[in-house]
Amino acid sequence: MVEANPLNSRERVLSDIRAALSDVSDASAPVQRGYARSHAGQDIAGLFASRVADYQATVVRATLAELPGAIAQALEGRRVIVPPGFPPEWLPDGDWPADEPPLTVAELDAADGVISTAAVAIAVTGTIVLDAGPGQGRRALTLLPDYHLCVVRAGQIAGDVPEALERLDPVRPLTFISGPSATSDIELDRVEGVHGPRTLHVIIVNDL
Amino acid sequence: MKGRDNVVWLGSPTFPEAARTALADTQLRHNLRKATGTIRDKRLRVTAELDDWEQLREAGASLKRETLRHLDQHLLRLEESVTAAGGTVHWAHDADEANRIVTELVLATGQREVVKVKSMATQEIALNEALAAAGIEAYETDLAELIVQLADDRPSHILVPAIHRNRTEIREIFLRDMQRFGRPAPGNLTDSPADLAEAARLHLREKFLRAKVAVSGANFAAADTGTVVVVESEGNGRMCLTLPETLITVMGIEKVLPAFSDLEVFLQLLPRSSTGERMNPYTSMWTGVTEGDGPQDFHLVLLDNGRTATLADTVGREALACIRCSACLNVCPVYERTGGHAYGSVYPGPIGAVLTPQLVGAEHAATLPFASTLCGACYDACPVKIDIPEILVHLRAQVVDAKRHRPSAELLAMKVAGRVLSSPRLLALGQRAGALGGRVLGRRGQIGRLPGPLHHWSASRDTPVPPQESTRAWWRRTR
Repeated sequence: MVEANPLNSRERVLSDIRAALSDVSDASAPVQRGYARSHAGQDIAGLFASRVADYQATVVRATLAELPGAIAQALEGRRVIVPPGFPPEWLPDGDWPADEPPLTVAELDAADGVISTAAVAIAVTGTIVLDAGPGQGRRALTLLPDYHLCVVRAGQIAGDVPEALERLDPVRPLTFISGPSATSDIELDRVEGVHGPRTLHVIIVNDL
Repeated sequence: MKGRDNVVWLGSPTFPEAARTALADTQLRHNLRKATGTIRDKRLRVTAELDDWEQLREAGASLKRETLRHLDQHLLRLEESVTAAGGTVHWAHDADEANRIVTELVLATGQREVVKVKSMATQEIALNEALAAAGIEAYETDLAELIVQLADDRPSHILVPAIHRNRTEIREIFLRDMQRFGRPAPGNLTDSPADLAEAARLHLREKFLRAKVAVSGANFAAADTGTVVVVESEGNGRMCLTLPETLITVMGIEKVLPAFSDLEVFLQLLPRSSTGERMNPYTSMWTGVTEGDGPQDFHLVLLDNGRTATLADTVGREALACIRCSACLNVCPVYERTGGHAYGSVYPGPIGAVLTPQLVGAEHAATLPFASTLCGACYDACPVKIDIPEILVHLRAQVVDAKRHRPSAELLAMKVAGRVLSSPRLLALGQRAGALGGRVLGRRGQIGRLPGPLHHWSASRDTPVPPQESTRAWWRRTR
């Protein structure tokens, strides 16, 4: 078998691009950035709550003092996986499964659910963004279990997509979650619940 | 000559022939009308929510055009960023080369199966067929792609490849074909979409859990950070991008964006234009590899396969701005009636009618630029403002130019018409002959079928009977 020299294809594609662009001057054409930085109004947390609820997710608002109670109530006895760095004082008493040492995919698949914090949230789109930081764990933790309870601090909620991206570090693996998994593949009608968690529960901590 | 990939399906009939068959399929027309109607309403609702939608379109359009103007520089920067983040970048001039690169990467892992995220690029290069030839099984994990794969069918829509199937047909496919690929469908499966989604979940679960290699496409890649983006709904993308040890991403060279921050425009434009949602359920972004999280071996294959040829056309290059939202398909009166298969390509609809002929050369898809009424609905819907009607007209001219040197009935007729119209005497003779012919052939003021080679014209339209007397004759008689 003849081994192709990868450099050749690279040079070929690049030189084909340059030849194709021979009519184009080096000067940059301005990008039109007349769009708004945000479409959110004043009540960002309220908008976030209503937009998440639009996706058939359950949304609860609580104060920090009410948070452990709200979490216990949401869990309804589920034994959820707790990622490293999740504040233990928020959890009901008990022995919670941890990801240390890392759980196998079979263990994750069999779990009741997972609880996590978030990195950023987006009000206008009702989106939670995870960046695998403390309290969130590696990406598989919030993917394989069928139930995901996410605690979002009100101060983490950005008004809209541009503001949210400014707050994110692209070096980290990022997952944007807008409601439970869904598909529009059957007659272009949205149905909730395919491969990702089929139940998404969000608690907004008003005073954090 | 091309032909090993799926840009044009070999042996497909021309668009007019395929459209005639499709139009006779009432089930297909019903399915398409229902699905495109649903999505059109949703798109209008969510785009109307943003009072700066036009400014966002303008931003998306100018960003894409500016990126294409310096495509080589952005690709080099992307290569540098991805490499620095621990990924490996490959360059593929055509489909064969991309397929060979991916096949060798899979074989090197020792694995004989891969899970796939929905990807137009890998559809385009016929990767599944190439992998199969090397003894590697590729499992599609997007629900619609799964339906197409199980039924040994072809995709008919960019976003929803199984849009031509309704729930009853999907149930039948699941019951009949799932067992050939793995876990069978539950025996008591109903045709409710929730039940069908559950069946797909169960069927694919075992494949996700054991997968060691995944193949994906990419919606965007940011050159400054090396971040690659996949936008999806079901979570099959997250499964493929997270659980396997090796991830191979095949991306058209036009998908690069200069900066991570440019995603602020496209993450607003794409979900609202494609599925008519404020945001799609899941978007994954990754930059090279992350220790302890996700695949530890990441390969990015940059694919040309006709894109640089498209870039060389100063009018047609605009088609490379496409972000594959498929809004143009959903609003197109032609697509809604013929469906996607009639276009004979993985890229159907208005964007396909301008992209396919450019990727393969207009002579290999000569009827596609004519598969449009030029009504302009696609241009209005396009989130990056691709002037599809303008490119269609431009490509029509190319198709006509290409056969100008060959004698044809049309060319002969035009030559004769030119002579007749420039001579008052010949025109008067012609008009008298036309009036006479009309009296012979006409029925209630219409001619159904014209004689001789003219029947091509009359096959799909009636011709009004020429008047008994022309205006010129009337003027001469009565002045």
